[in-house]
Amino acid sequence: MDALAPVADHVEDFAGVADTQSQAGSPLTHLEQLEAESIHIIREAVAESENPVMLYSIGKDSSVLVHLALKAFYPAKPPFPLLHVDTTWKFREMIAFRDARVRELGLDLIVHINRDGLARGINPFASGSELHTDVMKTQALRQALNLHRFDAAFGGARRDEEKSRAKERVFSLRTADHLWNPKRQRPEPWRIYNGRKRHGESIRVFPLSNWTELDVWHYIHQERIPVVPLYFAAPRPVVERDGVLIMVDDERFPLNPGERPATKTVRFRTLGCYPLTGAFKSNARTVSEIIQETIESPYSERQGRVIDRDGSASMERKKKEGYF
Amino acid sequence: MNVHAQADRFEPGSLPGRQGRKSLLRFVACGSVDHGKSTLIGRLLYESKQLFDDQLDALAADSRKLGTQDGELDFSLLLDGLAAEREQKITIDVAYRFFETARRKFIVIDAPGHEQYTANMATGASLADLALVLVSADEGLTAQTKRHVVILSMLGVQQILLAVNKMDRAGWSEDVFRSVTAQFRDFATVLGVKKITSIPIAAKGGDNVILRSARMPWYRGLSLLKYLEQAEPRPASDRQPFRMPIQWVNRPNPDFRGYSGLIASGEVRAGMQVRLLPSDRITHIERIATFDGDLERATAGRSVTMTFADQVDASRGDIVVGLERPPVMSDRISARVFWMNSEPFNPGRRYLLKLATATVNAQIEPGVSIFDLNSQRSVRADSIAPNEIASGVLKLDRPIAVDRYDDCRDTGSFILIDPESYDTVGMGCIENVSPPQSSIDAYAKSGVAAKTKLARWTETHARSLAKAVSWRATGSLDTFVVAFVITGSPKIAGSVAGTEILTKILIYYLHERVWAWVPWGKRSPG
Repeated sequence: MDALAPVADHVEDFAGVADTQSQAGSPLTHLEQLEAESIHIIREAVAESENPVMLYSIGKDSSVLVHLALKAFYPAKPPFPLLHVDTTWKFREMIAFRDARVRELGLDLIVHINRDGLARGINPFASGSELHTDVMKTQALRQALNLHRFDAAFGGARRDEEKSRAKERVFSLRTADHLWNPKRQRPEPWRIYNGRKRHGESIRVFPLSNWTELDVWHYIHQERIPVVPLYFAAPRPVVERDGVLIMVDDERFPLNPGERPATKTVRFRTLGCYPLTGAFKSNARTVSEIIQETIESPYSERQGRVIDRDGSASMERKKKEGYF
Repeated sequence: MNVHAQADRFEPGSLPGRQGRKSLLRFVACGSVDHGKSTLIGRLLYESKQLFDDQLDALAADSRKLGTQDGELDFSLLLDGLAAEREQKITIDVAYRFFETARRKFIVIDAPGHEQYTANMATGASLADLALVLVSADEGLTAQTKRHVVILSMLGVQQILLAVNKMDRAGWSEDVFRSVTAQFRDFATVLGVKKITSIPIAAKGGDNVILRSARMPWYRGLSLLKYLEQAEPRPASDRQPFRMPIQWVNRPNPDFRGYSGLIASGEVRAGMQVRLLPSDRITHIERIATFDGDLERATAGRSVTMTFADQVDASRGDIVVGLERPPVMSDRISARVFWMNSEPFNPGRRYLLKLATATVNAQIEPGVSIFDLNSQRSVRADSIAPNEIASGVLKLDRPIAVDRYDDCRDTGSFILIDPESYDTVGMGCIENVSPPQSSIDAYAKSGVAAKTKLARWTETHARSLAKAVSWRATGSLDTFVVAFVITGSPKIAGSVAGTEILTKILIYYLHERVWAWVPWGKRSPG
């Protein structure tokens, strides 16, 4: 250090000029900052991986993620495909939206279904939510990542969603078996992301880490991003099970004796497998009304998700096993 | 399905909450373990209505099972999301929380207090505008509080909000509050922390958290939340020299070659001349292309893609800079390094150093100095233990463009990566740089080194002004004497000397500043 001491004199006062000038103009807004940081993350992950993929769950967060990917690589197309892990129990409107959106944007889409699980007859009604999610989602995702040898996978998870998500890194390292070790996560200072990994390891990348549910809706509004119509209130056939309104989306729904779907004006706050996703009564038909309702809601976003109730640390356990 | 049949979903007009226009403040919450941080953050979330009924139900159940608050809500259980944390009742990993008030959105970087997990605290502090440091009134500063403050000062977090917590246990005593505050100031001021604000609170009961508490009438300042609402975010760096590390080369077709990156500092305009490093090519910006159309101008913090007027050869890891005040190209940097790995640093071992988008091989030269918390002095050492801060010299395998951390964060900070495990083992802030010895002559010819050395101010404004005043005082005395000798009138001599004194102070000052800009005739003190 002593050897370098003389040089110090020449590099002082870099900020000296700026200090005497008037303060900078208008700083970026909150959404502008989030957008720029997410684009930075997406580009950084692509630059530091061999074979990236973007998980596309068709929900609002995925819609924002795809929009950010379009921005990050404009005028080129995003240099990676989208991957949808299809449990075969998604809402029909989700699948229709997925196909229309992908065609419109001209993106590559890989749809992966766990054929083995399907052959075993795994389904959310007979097998229970936990086994269904594990086989058709977690294991299916691992199959798809192995099959295509993806070494980086983007996901739309946000830190405000759930307690163990709040501890998640932006670049989350997974072992060759796709396991998450919360104690071996890399420190992530500043905007410097470490995308290096050993053979077989992969990285899950979460560009929306610092967004909240409200940020996502405001951004959807600002950018006019299309989302699945299920987010907007409409009359839909539902039955009530354990206090949760479940939409009867197709004929596979096993109605109990005497049970009859009732038409109620409902919408969804999150989307997943239809038998595991609670609807709630609402009249919000526009993004602005959704925002108003979200602000006033006494419930958290994950409240309608049946799978989060499988115990206090259930998300952490699912993540360790390779769930997104 | 037509996905654009949604036009009517986006009705114009103002939105509820108008989130887009709110400012953002990121603060790191830190302090010793058990000084009440989780309780305070839980309360901030609770009081700002960020906790929902279903979360509160789950919390109530957990509080009965695991809590330590005698059946009351134990907010720490809400925040400690990992099973190991809940079992051990400590925060292990940094967590990110979000809440907002009518005026502002907050990202809370909730840092662990336990010594073992200091790396996670440092990670959180690196992006913070402000640090909230909790100190328990009955315990005062601990070694861990001090370690946190040292890290905050290394990372350039200049604003500290000291929350003296558990005032209930100190009998709501103003003297205790003042003594803890003084103890903290003594420690932090030496480290160069510029702004310290102190607030007495009791997080458990919410005293002075949202509203001022009647139990401490002697305290007349803002409540903690009010303070956070009006604190200044870190100033935007768009008046700084332009820097954009290249992340990605965008080539959709032979007609378009764009260079993408996040503007680290300064601003860029279409048509502006820029320099590419390390190639040292000068070109100018042709377009700033974005998905939403071309921009005339873009400022620090934005992610953009730009094209250049000339065919240039640039790739990821290179940097686009303004012509004024360029960074220094160097393969030897002196830096403060915070060691985060459980293995001590191995002298002579090669690490990967990632700075902005460039990755090079680096070795820490033997002989570093470690900052000793107790004596607050640096001591020579041969290795760096986990959670220690060392100053040392890193030798790189090739020169890269760097700035001092205090000048530009994105081009003055780096991480060290173990070349075998690929773990992130250290984080560093650049203090000084030296031009590469090997290529110093060639480099000097290119003009970059010479300009870098000399284009910077060598005198501060205060010094120039002081010189102007002292010169004028001497000069005016001389004028008075000369005028008195010639005219014989002390009145005329006085008025001549008096008039010129003011005008010439100004002229001298301006003259001095002009010379300060001119590199000609200056010599390096080295």
